[in-house]
Amino acid sequence: MILLSMIVILLVGGLLAWGAGRWSALASRWISLIAVSTDFVIGFIVWIRSAGHIDVLQQQAWLLELNWNWIPQFGVHFHLALDGLSLLLLMLTFLLGIVSVLASWTEIQEAVGFFHLNLLGVLAGIAGVFLAMDLFLFYFAWELMLVPMYFLIAIWGHERRLYAAVKFFLFTQFSGLLMLIAILALYFAHHTATGIYTFEYADLLGTPLSSHVAVWIMLGFFVAFAVKLPMFPLHTWLPDTHTEAPTAGSVVLAGLLLKTGAYGLLRFVMPLFPAAAQAFAPIAMMLAVIGILYGAILAFAQTDLKRLVAYTSVSHLGFVLLGIFAWNKLALQGALITIICHGVSTGALFILVGALQERLHTRDLARMSGLWETLPRLGGTGLFFALASMGLPGLGDFVGEFMILLGVYQKSRILTAVAAVGILASTFYALKFVQYVFHGPNNHHLALPDLGVREAIIFTPMILILLWLGLYPQPVFNTFNPAMETLQQHAGQTMPALRR
Amino acid sequence: MNPADVLALLPFLLIAGTSVFVMLAIAACRRHWPSLCMTLIGLAAAFGSLWLVAPLVPRKVTPLLILDQYALFYIGLIIAATFAIAILCYGYLERHSEPREELYVLLLVATLGSMVLVASRHFVSFFLGLEILSVALYALSAYLHTRSRPLEAGIKYLVLAGSSSAFLLFGMALIYAQAGTMDLSRMAAFLAGPPSSPLILVGLMLIITGIGFKLGVVPFHLWTPDVYEGAPAPVTAFIATVSKGAIFAILLRYFYVSGAQHVHSVFVVFAIIAVASMFVGNLLALLQNNVKRILAYSSIAHMGYLLAAFEAGGSMASEAIAFYLVAYFITTVGAFGVVTVLSDEERDADTLADYSGLFWRRPVLASIFTVMLLSLAGIPLTAGFLAKFYVVAAGVSAAIWALILILVISSVIGLFYYLRVLVTMYARVPEEVPVPTSFHPGSYVLIALTVLLVWLGVNPGPLLNVIKVIKVASMM
Repeated sequence: MILLSMIVILLVGGLLAWGAGRWSALASRWISLIAVSTDFVIGFIVWIRSAGHIDVLQQQAWLLELNWNWIPQFGVHFHLALDGLSLLLLMLTFLLGIVSVLASWTEIQEAVGFFHLNLLGVLAGIAGVFLAMDLFLFYFAWELMLVPMYFLIAIWGHERRLYAAVKFFLFTQFSGLLMLIAILALYFAHHTATGIYTFEYADLLGTPLSSHVAVWIMLGFFVAFAVKLPMFPLHTWLPDTHTEAPTAGSVVLAGLLLKTGAYGLLRFVMPLFPAAAQAFAPIAMMLAVIGILYGAILAFAQTDLKRLVAYTSVSHLGFVLLGIFAWNKLALQGALITIICHGVSTGALFILVGALQERLHTRDLARMSGLWETLPRLGGTGLFFALASMGLPGLGDFVGEFMILLGVYQKSRILTAVAAVGILASTFYALKFVQYVFHGPNNHHLALPDLGVREAIIFTPMILILLWLGLYPQPVFNTFNPAMETLQQHAGQTMPALRR
Repeated sequence: MNPADVLALLPFLLIAGTSVFVMLAIAACRRHWPSLCMTLIGLAAAFGSLWLVAPLVPRKVTPLLILDQYALFYIGLIIAATFAIAILCYGYLERHSEPREELYVLLLVATLGSMVLVASRHFVSFFLGLEILSVALYALSAYLHTRSRPLEAGIKYLVLAGSSSAFLLFGMALIYAQAGTMDLSRMAAFLAGPPSSPLILVGLMLIITGIGFKLGVVPFHLWTPDVYEGAPAPVTAFIATVSKGAIFAILLRYFYVSGAQHVHSVFVVFAIIAVASMFVGNLLALLQNNVKRILAYSSIAHMGYLLAAFEAGGSMASEAIAFYLVAYFITTVGAFGVVTVLSDEERDADTLADYSGLFWRRPVLASIFTVMLLSLAGIPLTAGFLAKFYVVAAGVSAAIWALILILVISSVIGLFYYLRVLVTMYARVPEEVPVPTSFHPGSYVLIALTVLLVWLGVNPGPLLNVIKVIKVASMM
C-alpha cells in the first residue's frame, strides 16, 4: 500500500494543484511541493527502515510489494514491488521532483495549475516505471509518462518547443511500440512453453527461448531503452528536447526520464535475455564508447548553453550503458552511482542555465562572459557542478565513472582506454562552460540579483549529495548490492563466470 | 414463426415501431423535444429488450436472420451509439431553423438497417439491411439541404454507395450461380468442399469491393473525406461508427463462418487493403487542415488496423475486433461530439483555426477532445490503448509480423496529426479567457463518454468478460 500511496499522492497532488491554480498560483506551487516532499519523506523512512535488514534478504524477496489482480483475462497483475535499485531511483525521482517544483517557482507564470498537474503526472509515471513488476503495467506506465512530458515541453517550452515536443513523442512512442511487440512476443512464447498467460516479471524470467527468437525480442526491448537512454545513434531527439523544455522539464528529462532507459536495461534486458544480451554486449559497448566521445565532442562545439549540457548527457549515459553491458559487480555499482550523480549534477546544471536565462534572457555562450563579477555565488555553484560533471575526484560522478572503467577493464582494455579519453574530453566542455560564462572580460556591467535563498535551498542538498557520494558511497552500495546480486543471479545461468 | 421467434425479434420491432410512431407524431404535431424523447425511449426500450432476448439465443429466426450472442452484442453497441448520437443531434439541430424532427426517423431507420446487418445470415438480409441503412444515410448526409456542402456529401454518398451496392449484388449473384444458395451455412459447406470454379473467387472479390466501399478502406476510400466533411457533424459520427461498425461485424461473420477467410487470395487481398489503408489514411491525414477530414483519414487508418486484426483470425481476433470497435465507437462519437458542440448555426467547427487555444477558452471541452485524440492514438488510460494492445496481441499470436510492424510504423505516423490538433488546442493565444458556455445537451453525453473511455482503459475486465463469451454461433 505504501507503494501505491506514493503514486496516488503525486496524482492527487497534481489534480489539487490544478484546481488550486484557478485561484492562486502560489497555492498550486505549495501543494505540489508538499505532495512531492511527502513522497520523499515516505521513501526516506522506507530506506532507513530497510537499512537494518537489507543484507539478509533472500532472492525474490522485495522490500515492499503490492500485487493485485488487474485484468485476469490477460493474466495482468497490478504488481508493484520495491528493491534496492528501485528504492534508490525513487529517492532520486522525488528529490529531483522537489527540485523541479522549486526551480519553476518564478520561471513558470502561465497556467501554473496545469503545469504542476503535468509535472506531478510525469513523476507519477516515472515512479510507476521504477516500481512495476508486471510487464503490462510497466508498459502502461512507460507510455503514460510521455503525455504530460509532451505537454510540459509543448506549452511551457522555449522557441522551437512544438518541433521538439513532437520529435520527442514520436521517437519514444515508436520505440515503445517495438517494446510492446517484444513484450507480447515474450508473453506468447511463455504461453507456448508453459501453457500460462502471464505478464509477471518473476514468471517470465527464464522463459526458454530459442537463441534466434531471444535476440529479436531482446532487440525490441533494447531499442526502446536505448532511445530513452539515449544511445548513439538514437540520441537525436535529446538535444532538441532538452534545449526547448522549460527548466523543470529539462531536469526531469535528464535526471529521470533517461534513467528509465538504464533501469529498463538493468531490470529487463539483462535478466530476461542473458544469452542474447551477452552476445549483443560487444556491439552495445562499442556504441556506448562512441556515444561517450561523440557526446563530449559535440558538447564542446555548442554555443547554446542548454544544448551543451544536453550533449553531456549523451556522454555520461554512454558510461552507464558501458557499465551495464560489462555486467560485473564493479561496473554495475559504477553505473548506478553514475545514474544518480548524473541526475543530480546535470539537473543542477540545467537549473543553473535556467537561472541564467531568467536573468539574462539568453542562452547564447557568446553573449555571456565575466559573470563571476556580477554573480559570484552563482559562479561558484556553477564551477562546482561543472567540476562534478567532468569527474573531479571527491565528487560522485568520479566514483561512478572510475568504477565503470575498472569493471570494463576486465572485459575489454581497448574500450576502457577509449572511454577514458572521454573523461578527458569532458574536461574541455566543463571548462568551456565555466570560462565562457563566468570568466573573461566583464563588458556588460549588468546589475543582476545573485543566488537567492530559494536557489540556495535547491543547490545545497545537491552539492551535499555529490560530496557524500564522492566521499562515502557505501550506504548506496549496501542498498543496491542485494538487488544487484538478484539481477545477476537471474542473468547468471548463462553468463560466464566473472573474472576477478 | 413461433412466439419465441417473435420475442427474439423484439429489438427490431421496437426500433421499427418507434420510427413509425415518431413519424406519425410529427404529422400530428411538429415539436422537437418530444420527438427526441420518443426516440430515446424507443432506443432505451430496444436496448433493455436485449436482456429478454438473451435467454433465447442462439436462434435462427426465419431463414434470413440469426440472433446469437454476437448479434446481440453488436445490436447493443449500435443502439447505445445511436442513443448518444440522437442527443448530440438534438443540441445540433436546436441551433438550426430547418425542420428538425424527421432526422430522428431517419436515424431510427438507419439503426434498424444496421441491426439487420449484424444479425444477417443470408444474402437477402445482407442486402436488405445494407440498403435500409444506406438510403437513410443519403438523406441524413444531406439533411441540412439549404447548405451546399451537405448536399454535395449526400449526392456523393448516393452515387458511390449505389455503385458499390451494384458490385455487391453482382458478387452475390456469381456466388449464387456457383453454390446454388444464398444461405451462409450452406455456403460454408460448399466452400469446405472440393475446390470450386474461379467464379466463386470473382464473386468474393466483388463482395470485398462492395464492403470495402462501405468501410471506406483504400482503394475504395475516396468518398470518405468529402462525406465526413460535408455531412452534419453528428451524422458523420453515425456514418463513422454505426454504419462502419455494422459492416465490419457482418464482414467478420460472413468471412469467418463461410471459411472464405482461409482462401489464400482473399487473405492476400485483405492484407493489401489493410496495409494500404493504414499508410494512405495516416499519410493523407497529415496534409489536412480540416478536423473532420483529419478524422476521416484517421478512420480509414483505423479500419486498416481492424483489418490487420481480422487477418489474424481465430477467437483472439474476433475478441480484439469487438473490443476495438467498442473503443472506436466511444472515441469517434466523442470526437465528432466535440465538433458538434462547437458548431454554430453558420457552419460546423471543422477548421483547425476553430480549435486554436481551445484549452484556454473551454478547458473541459478541450480536455474531452484531448482524451478522445489520445485514445485514437492509443495512449494508456484510455480504451484506445487497450484496443490497440489487443489488436497487436492478436497479430503477434498469429505471427503475422509484417502486418503488425506496418501497423506500428503507420500508427506512429498517425501520432503526428493527433499531436497537431492537440498542439493547436493548447497553443497559447494571449487574450483568450474562459468564456461562459451556452448549454448544449451534448456536453453531458461527452462527459459520460469520456468517463466510460477512461473507465474501460483502466478497468476493462467486465467488458472483456462479455467479449470472451460472444461467439459467432455455428450456423443452424
